[in-house]
Amino acid sequence: MGITLPCERFILDNGLRVILHEDPRAPLVAVNLWYHVGSKDEVPGRTGFAHLFEHLMFEGSANVPAGSFDALLEEAGATNNGSTAADRTNYWELLPAHALDLALWLEADRMGGLMPAITPERLDAQRDVVMNERRQQYENRPYGLVSETLLAALYADGHPYRSPVIGSMADLAAANLDDVRHFCTTYYSPGNASLVVAGDIDAGRVRAAVERYFGGVAAGPPVPPVSAAPASLDADRRIVMEDDVSLPRLYMTWHSPPYLAAGDAELDIAADVLAHGRASRLFRSLVYERQVGLSVAACQDGALLGSTFDITITGRPDTRLADLEAAVRDAIHDIAGNGISDRELERARNGIETAVIDSLQSVGGFGGRADRLNMYQFYAGSPDCVGADLARYDDATAEAVGKVVHDWLLAPAVVLGVVPRGRTDLADGHPR
Amino acid sequence: MRAGTAAPPRLPPPVPVRLPAVRSHRLGCGLQVVVAERHDLPVVDARLVFRSGAAGDPPAVAGRAFIAARMLDQGTAAFTATRLADEIETLGASLETHAGWDSTVVALHVLAPRLDAALRILAEVGLRPTFPDDEFERQRSERISAITHERHDPATLAGKTFAAAVYGPRHPFGAPLGGTTESLSSLGVADVQQYHRQRAAAGNAFLVIAGDVDGDALVPALEDLFDGWGEMPPGDASAGQADANGGGPAVIVVDRPGAPQSELRIGLPGPPRRTDDYFPLLVGNTILGGAFTSRLNILLREEKGYTYGAGTRFAFRSGGGPFLASTAVFTGATADAVHDIVREVGRMGREAVSLEELDRARRYLTLGLPQHFETTGDVAERLGEVELFGLGAGYHEGWVAQVEAVTAESVADASARWLRPDALTVVVVGDAEVVVGDLERLGTGEVHVRASG
Repeated sequence: MGITLPCERFILDNGLRVILHEDPRAPLVAVNLWYHVGSKDEVPGRTGFAHLFEHLMFEGSANVPAGSFDALLEEAGATNNGSTAADRTNYWELLPAHALDLALWLEADRMGGLMPAITPERLDAQRDVVMNERRQQYENRPYGLVSETLLAALYADGHPYRSPVIGSMADLAAANLDDVRHFCTTYYSPGNASLVVAGDIDAGRVRAAVERYFGGVAAGPPVPPVSAAPASLDADRRIVMEDDVSLPRLYMTWHSPPYLAAGDAELDIAADVLAHGRASRLFRSLVYERQVGLSVAACQDGALLGSTFDITITGRPDTRLADLEAAVRDAIHDIAGNGISDRELERARNGIETAVIDSLQSVGGFGGRADRLNMYQFYAGSPDCVGADLARYDDATAEAVGKVVHDWLLAPAVVLGVVPRGRTDLADGHPR
Repeated sequence: MRAGTAAPPRLPPPVPVRLPAVRSHRLGCGLQVVVAERHDLPVVDARLVFRSGAAGDPPAVAGRAFIAARMLDQGTAAFTATRLADEIETLGASLETHAGWDSTVVALHVLAPRLDAALRILAEVGLRPTFPDDEFERQRSERISAITHERHDPATLAGKTFAAAVYGPRHPFGAPLGGTTESLSSLGVADVQQYHRQRAAAGNAFLVIAGDVDGDALVPALEDLFDGWGEMPPGDASAGQADANGGGPAVIVVDRPGAPQSELRIGLPGPPRRTDDYFPLLVGNTILGGAFTSRLNILLREEKGYTYGAGTRFAFRSGGGPFLASTAVFTGATADAVHDIVREVGRMGREAVSLEELDRARRYLTLGLPQHFETTGDVAERLGEVELFGLGAGYHEGWVAQVEAVTAESVADASARWLRPDALTVVVVGDAEVVVGDLERLGTGEVHVRASG
């Protein structure tokens, strides 16, 4: 299907990139801002800071008293949220169409006037909230501390992706108002952001409104570039963790090509063939036939400076990790040597096509049209790429999937096993 | 920009809400079909809904509806489980079968060009499941493994402990929807098959289809697909609703030594979905804990910094279901957070909400309505609720007026009826050694400590 999301694009004098997309299906409008800053931009000793800063963005700004940001939006019938990743930080509002100007005004006010509202008390309050987020999502959750262990094994000291977005408690505790000021000045400028307005809009009128609200925000200094040599492992890194869990779990992670680079789409297909759905190879062999697994998952986790290809398999209570790993290795060797079947290719393509078209049903929120336009703007330099994105999967061949798996997944990996406390026997044959 | 000099923009009047046009048909077999056409994207959602769910499972057979739902696509007259998965996934479709408290749903999502083939599979799953022995054993043992995992997840553990304490050992809501190791161990494939036979009839089901379909062409195709389905009277699948236990201990601590946080679940039995208090409770809950700017979230997250978030909800099942406040707070804040939640829940019935809060909640709900009809999945779900709970044609058309009619008095009145602070059960999953003393000093009720796992 030749899908396109037509856009009008322009750049304000202060550098803000603006993308307008008319989508009159429902009386809704989505405002979506990507700041091109994330945990990759953090300095040593301040892990978690990009995300802590995201929290401060909801605490008021020059003309918005503390507590009013959310109250104004909710009483207009809007929802809103934000998220921080290694590469970027995004913010969105989804509003009834008549309320668009409210979101534009709020976003412009916090883009140009955040610092007057940030007091030591606001910083301390959100520091507490974020520490609780870390406790809830990571420390007090089964397998919750795996992700930061994986990152530390994958990336060398100093690599922009080495630290987890949530950061460490010590670094969160150390963050101060000078850090906030410096980060705001350095990264939260119009030239380091892109704004999408999508939905039931008149592009001409919205263009004027955007110029009116955002035109007065001062341009910022040039943003320091981030770069990193491609990360790699010279040998498998094997780790065993004991945790307060009852089911053993195996994580295997490889370095892989950046999002949208050559091989990225083929690895998406490989992830589907290996572990997406009940027809996938690892589900069939481990969960269905041998019944040593409870669930399987695989993902080409796309990112700017280099991606990771991740496999996660949860075992049954007495499953040995070595059995799970051997099954993964067998499946990978088979695909590397023989490629995949035409039917597997068709299944993966159709599933991906459904997922992408499905995401276009929502104009706003995480992963809706507006967010997708900003994602393509950030990663591909142009917003209307959904057709080209899907074409990558139509162009992929069964042989190419085999070749990419051969090139990337026969390389060294991080192999991390989690076992219930006292059950290190399940990791026997899993050398440390 | 100078601080404090600009006011928010004045907004024009809201655009009227556009609700989907809905058509109903009754197939020859007696199956009710509800169709909402939408042609902006080539996407279709279809939900075949049986009017039977886990509320019909007595606690001794908890998990029966759950496993029965999972078995629907594990082998049919025409397909083995693996063949069916391969067919549906090769269409790029998803077909999910799951049980709720009041219903069992076969949910299909597919691109329109592949609808015909996918609908054939949906009908096959709905009409001709075969319940193979080996698939049943696999489903049951997977579920038992998953239950052992859930004991280590503080959030799941808190929810299960709360339900058991509030509804007691004789009420279906007191047991987990997915069953217990004991109930599943004594469940046989014959039990599940018989349960399904009792409920699987056109007269005890309905089909909702939303998206890029031609309703006129679809009905004859559905006649063929569902031809011959028996319309026997619905089997009485209700377990006979026992009264909620109510007399259980007021404060239960499930001990997780060294836990950095306490998971809190605080609540009591609530009203059924069709209660006359529905709209006042909907608005009241939005003010108490149903939105980001609700009282509990602002107090516990924004002002006190105890948590990443706090919220409340009424389950609104056919036969009731709990009102529940949920949050996770750092261990040292446990007793103070419990105190705040109990006080705020009780305050809803004791004093009228402010007009500012009332206005904001009503506007949040009414102006936010279009968001709940955005996708074909949303539309199918909304229309399914109307059908399942018998909310009546025109329910959504009258919804805004119902919310706008809620007053501070009606909120207080309904809250006084349902949010009784003296009847609250408090569950804390956390480090007992640290939290028990403070909880006892609160005087909310006798504190009982249990080991976890």
